[in-house]
Amino acid sequence: MNWTWFHRFGSAPYMYGFAQRWAPWFGGVAALLMLIALYGGLVLAPLDYQQKDAYRIVYVHAPSATLSLMIYTTMAIAAAVGLIWRMKVAHAAAAASAPIGAWFTVATLITGSLWGKPMWGTYWAWDPRLTSELILLFLYLGYMGLRAAIEDPQKADKASAVLAIVGVVNIPIIKYSVNWWNSLHQPATRLLGKADMVWSMVWPLLVMFLAFMLFYGAVLLIRLRAELLRRERGASWVREVLS
Amino acid sequence: MKTSALTAAKLVAARDLRLAFRKPSQLLQPLLFFMIVATLFPLTLTPELSRLRDAAPGVLWIGALLSSLLALEFLFRDDAVDGTLEQFALSGQSLTWMLFAKTCTHWLLTGLPLALSAPLAALALGVPVQALVSMIAALALGSFALSLVGAICAGLTLGARRGGVLLSLLTLPLSVPILVFGSDATRHAIAGTEIAGPMYMLGAIAVLGVTLAPLAAAAAVRIGLE
Repeated sequence: MNWTWFHRFGSAPYMYGFAQRWAPWFGGVAALLMLIALYGGLVLAPLDYQQKDAYRIVYVHAPSATLSLMIYTTMAIAAAVGLIWRMKVAHAAAAASAPIGAWFTVATLITGSLWGKPMWGTYWAWDPRLTSELILLFLYLGYMGLRAAIEDPQKADKASAVLAIVGVVNIPIIKYSVNWWNSLHQPATRLLGKADMVWSMVWPLLVMFLAFMLFYGAVLLIRLRAELLRRERGASWVREVLS
Repeated sequence: MKTSALTAAKLVAARDLRLAFRKPSQLLQPLLFFMIVATLFPLTLTPELSRLRDAAPGVLWIGALLSSLLALEFLFRDDAVDGTLEQFALSGQSLTWMLFAKTCTHWLLTGLPLALSAPLAALALGVPVQALVSMIAALALGSFALSLVGAICAGLTLGARRGGVLLSLLTLPLSVPILVFGSDATRHAIAGTEIAGPMYMLGAIAVLGVTLAPLAAAAAVRIGLE
């Protein structure tokens, strides 16, 4: 198979145009799916026999949590690609991903504590899942801090890439913390196969997962454009694009 | 004749030891810091021994973590400033091995003395005597893992100006697993129960660190030197 088409993504001007073209599509579809999932989750899905209406925050909480982990992993992969194949666009994508991931982590922590209050009677508990998610936020902040502290952009790219890769060891700990330690946090819910939830509760969640991923894609593409413009501000293609 | 990587590592370690013993004050500072931190807890928390004993694992491990962070700043900085690291990188020898030797020496000079002197602080906090040996073992292993993780972060912050606070910001989240299992082992030791479980985990982390951390540290230092 011929993979040369893929190489175009390593070129900043091509990626800039690609992001410009596709960001509205990602964003539009994400918004549409989000509306569908919200209607399905808040209106159509039945009451939970235990948690009543309070469980409905899962439609924001679970996708945020998944995305917070997924974006860190994506960031680390992009960083590794940038480090190994010296792709500037990959470094730019990793840099553009970090703040999005950090905000999803914040959203996870906030929705989680809002959910925790009615269920556990407390906003915060020192439980492995909660604590490891908080540490994920610190990892994101450390990554951004290191990037901001090094003035030479290429050095900043490489150093933060190494940090992102090293930090990946924490991701499985967060992911499996609810299975490894018996804790306050409920174990992972099975959605498919022998599911723990009825289908009318599950499908809005699945749609919401997809919507959040597309939303991440849209925001990433928008941030990537800004990042590429900032990095390539001296290049001729930037002058052409902006004129 | 070309020197082998192991010989080079030994030479680096010998050099670092000699340098350290010419400036003994710098060696004592982290220890002193640890003792002062441990003293502050009875003053601020409670002078009651039974309650201090409950807090002891946390006090000892946070103290160890902070003092190892304090010492970490000197791991590469002096050698980076006077160009020694650059010579290491250019020497044609394996930078990974040399940095591993530096990290091990650093632990010998800071982590191990800390673990060995911790009983003094521990006894003052009401830790029973029979828990001391396990506590030393846990602190020695844990501080070794901390040095390995710290070496990566110290390498990464070489390129940054005012790296001190940043170094802590990077090292602290990565040191959480070590802290969790280390304090768990100490808690078991104080309670007089089996400490094998958390010690195995600490050992696994240390092995993972020995395998991967020197490679990552060498990559980080190379980036910093560019």
